[in-house]
Amino acid sequence: MSGTFVGMPAFPKAAQEAVGNPTLRANLRHATHTIRAKRAAAVAEVSDWAALREAGKQIKDHTLRHLDRYLVQLEESVTAAGGTVHWAADADEANRIVTRLVKETGESEVVKVKSMATQEIGLNEALEAEGIRAYETDLAELIVQLGKDRPSHILVPAIHRNRGEIRDIFAAEMSEWGRPAPEGLTDTPAELAEAARLHLREKFLRARVGVSGANFMVAETGTLVVVESEGNGRMCLTLPETLISVVGIEKIVPTWRDLEVFLQTLPRSSTAERMNPYTSTWTGTTDGDGPRTFHLVLLDNGRTDTLADEVGRQALRCIRCSACLNVCPVYERAGGHAYGSVYPGPIGAILSPQLRGTGSEIDASLPYASSLCGACYEVCPVAIDIPEVLVHLRERVVQGGPVTLEGNRTVLKPAKGHAAERAAMRAARWAFARPGALRAGQRLASRTRRLHPRTLPGPGRAWSGSRDLPPVPAEPFRDWWQRTNGGDAGEGRAK
Amino acid sequence: MRVALFLTCVNDTLYPDTGRAVVKLLTRLGVEVDFPMAQTCCGQAHYNTGYRHEAEPLARHFSDVFGEYEAIVTPSGSCGAMVRELYPRMGERARAEGRGDTLAATLAPVVPKTYELTEFLVDVLGVTEVGAYYPHTVTYHPTCHGLRGLGLGDRPRRLLQAVKGLELRELPGADECCGFGGTFALKNSDVSAAMGADKVRNAESTGAEVLCAADNSCLMHIGGTMTRLRTGMRPVHIAEILASTEAEPAL
Ligand code: SF4
Repeated sequence: MSGTFVGMPAFPKAAQEAVGNPTLRANLRHATHTIRAKRAAAVAEVSDWAALREAGKQIKDHTLRHLDRYLVQLEESVTAAGGTVHWAADADEANRIVTRLVKETGESEVVKVKSMATQEIGLNEALEAEGIRAYETDLAELIVQLGKDRPSHILVPAIHRNRGEIRDIFAAEMSEWGRPAPEGLTDTPAELAEAARLHLREKFLRARVGVSGANFMVAETGTLVVVESEGNGRMCLTLPETLISVVGIEKIVPTWRDLEVFLQTLPRSSTAERMNPYTSTWTGTTDGDGPRTFHLVLLDNGRTDTLADEVGRQALRCIRCSACLNVCPVYERAGGHAYGSVYPGPIGAILSPQLRGTGSEIDASLPYASSLCGACYEVCPVAIDIPEVLVHLRERVVQGGPVTLEGNRTVLKPAKGHAAERAAMRAARWAFARPGALRAGQRLASRTRRLHPRTLPGPGRAWSGSRDLPPVPAEPFRDWWQRTNGGDAGEGRAK
Repeated sequence: MRVALFLTCVNDTLYPDTGRAVVKLLTRLGVEVDFPMAQTCCGQAHYNTGYRHEAEPLARHFSDVFGEYEAIVTPSGSCGAMVRELYPRMGERARAEGRGDTLAATLAPVVPKTYELTEFLVDVLGVTEVGAYYPHTVTYHPTCHGLRGLGLGDRPRRLLQAVKGLELRELPGADECCGFGGTFALKNSDVSAAMGADKVRNAESTGAEVLCAADNSCLMHIGGTMTRLRTGMRPVHIAEILASTEAEPAL
C-alpha cells in the first residue's frame, strides 16, 4: 500500500478491494458498531443534547461569518502572548514555512502529535525531502507510519488493522525508527501499548522541536487547544523547545467560554467519553514552562473558497469527532482508504471535493459515495447536513456552476463522463412532463414484459449482478384506475 | 374527506398492487380517493443525482396536478420526503440564484398537505387499528427517508402491531440503510450490494416470512437481493398488509 493518496481511482473502484476483503470488513464492522453503541449511550445521558448541538452549530456559523475579524483578533492575541503567526495560502506554502522553521532550529528530527492538517498538506513527506524526520506519536498514527500505510479513520487512523497485524508491524519496523520492539512481543493490548510507550518515550525526551495541530483556537486569548486520550499530545506540547502548530483557519472559536459547548459534544461524539482524558491548552510562550518558541501556521488550503459557497460552507463547522464515519454504512464497507484523503467517510466525501476541487476522478466520485441515508446528519454534533452538501456537490459535478477557486469566482463546466446519464435524465424529465408519453412507455413495457430479462446488459449490469429485477406487471396502475375508476365490482367504487 | 393519491412513478409502473391496496384501504376507512391521471414523478431521482434543474419542471408539474386537493397521500417515504423536505429547499435555491420567489410560491401549497400513508392514517385519520387481517410473521424495515427524512417514528410499527393475526419480529440493525439509495445502487453497486446482503441476512435471522417496508424502491432492492440469495422471504409493502382483510386476504 502506498503512503499517499495521489492518483487514486474513483471511489467505486477504490471501494471494491475493501468490500471483497473479509478481514477488513470484520475489523471495520466490529470497531464501528462498538463505538456507535457507546456513543449513543454517552449522548443519551445528556438531557440538553439538542440544545448543545444547536449551540455548537451557531457558534461555528457565527465565527465563519466573521472569520476575517476573528483571524485578525487571533493573530493579535497570539503575538501579544509571545507567539509568531504565519499565514499559508496552500499546502506548499505551509510546508515551506514549517521546513524553514525547523531548519532554523538546526534540528533534523521532530515529534508530532496527531494533526490532520499536516497530513492534509503532506508535511511529513515535505520534511523528509529536506532531510528532516517526523515521528508520529499518537499510537494509531505510529502504527500507520511504521506500517508505511495510510490513515483510514479520523480518530483511529489504524482502525483497519487488528492486533495481530499491529504486532507484526511493531516487530518488523520499530528498530528502523528507534527503540526496537521487545523480543517475543505478543498481541495483547497491554504489551503492544508498552512497546509503543518505550519506543515513544525515547523520542519525546530527545526531541527539541514539536509539531502539532489543534482542535480549537480561541480568538480572544490566542489560546490553542488539543484534546486527546493518550497523553502523547501533552508531551509533544510541553517538552520541546520549539513548538510549531499547523491549524486550519476554520478552527477558531471567539471566546474561551465557547469551549464549554465543544468540550462536552466532542468527547461524547468521538470516543463516547463524558470528558476526554487530556485537554491541553497553550497560549504563546511562558518563561520557565513549556516551549521557548511558539509558531502558529494558519492554513487556508481551499478553506476560504469553501467558505464562499453558501451550501457547502457548513462543512467547515466540522470538529472532526468522526461520529459520522462510525455510523456510515458506506464507510463501514468501503473502508477509509477508498476516500482518497485524510478525511474519509461522510465528512471526507463533502470536504475533499471542496478543498481540492472536483477535477480529479476520485474527487468527482466522492459526492456519490453515499446512499443519502442521513445517519451522518443525525449524529453530527454541529448539525452539518451532509446529505444536502452531497447533493449540492453532485450538482456541481454533473451540471457545473459557479464556484470560487483561489479566491476568484468562476463557472465550472460539467465533469466529463456524465453525458449518457445526463441524456437519460433529460429524456426521463421529458417523458415525466408528459403523462401521455409516460403511459405509452408503461404500456410498451407491459406488452413486452415476457421478453424482459431479469438481468440487464450495459450499465444495468451493476444492478443485476447481485439483485434480481422485479417482473413488469401486466397493467400499470393508471390503466387499472382508468378501467375501473379505482375499484372493481367486488370492492365498489371509490368515488 | 377527499384525497389525492400520489402513487409515485415506480409504484405506478412496477408495483400497481400497492396502489390498489392504498385505494382499497382508504376507501374502507371512508376516505374518497382520487388519482389525478396527469401525475408523473416528483423528480427525486433527478434531484438526488445532481440534476436539480431537470427536477424543477417535475416539481412544478407536481404542484400543478396536486395543488387543489385537500390532502395528498403517498405510499412512499422517500417521495413524501422529496415533497416535504426538498421542495422548499428547491425554492430557496432558486431564490439564492436570483430567480425570485416564483418557484417557491408554486411549490409551497403542496408541501404541508403531502402525507406518507402511515402518517396520514395515524395523524390525520387518527387510526392505528385499520381492520386488517394478515396471518403471517413480519419484520419491519424503516426506510431511511421515512425514518430520518419524515420522522415516521413508530407509526408504521403501531399500525402493524394492530393487525390481526400478524406477528411482528424485531429486525436487528433496523435503522441501517438497505443500500438502495436510487442511483447509488448503480454507481456504487459493490457497496450497495454488500449493504443489501447484510440487511437481508439480518431479516433472515428473524425467521419472519415477510419483510415489510413503506417504500417499494427499497423493497425492490431488498427483494431482488432476497431472491438472489434464495432466502425464501418475501418483500411486502405495508399498504398491502394493511389492506388485507379476512374476507379478502392478501397473499
Ligand atoms: S461532520 Fe460532524 S460528525 Fe462528522 S466528523 Fe465532523 S463534526 Fe463529527
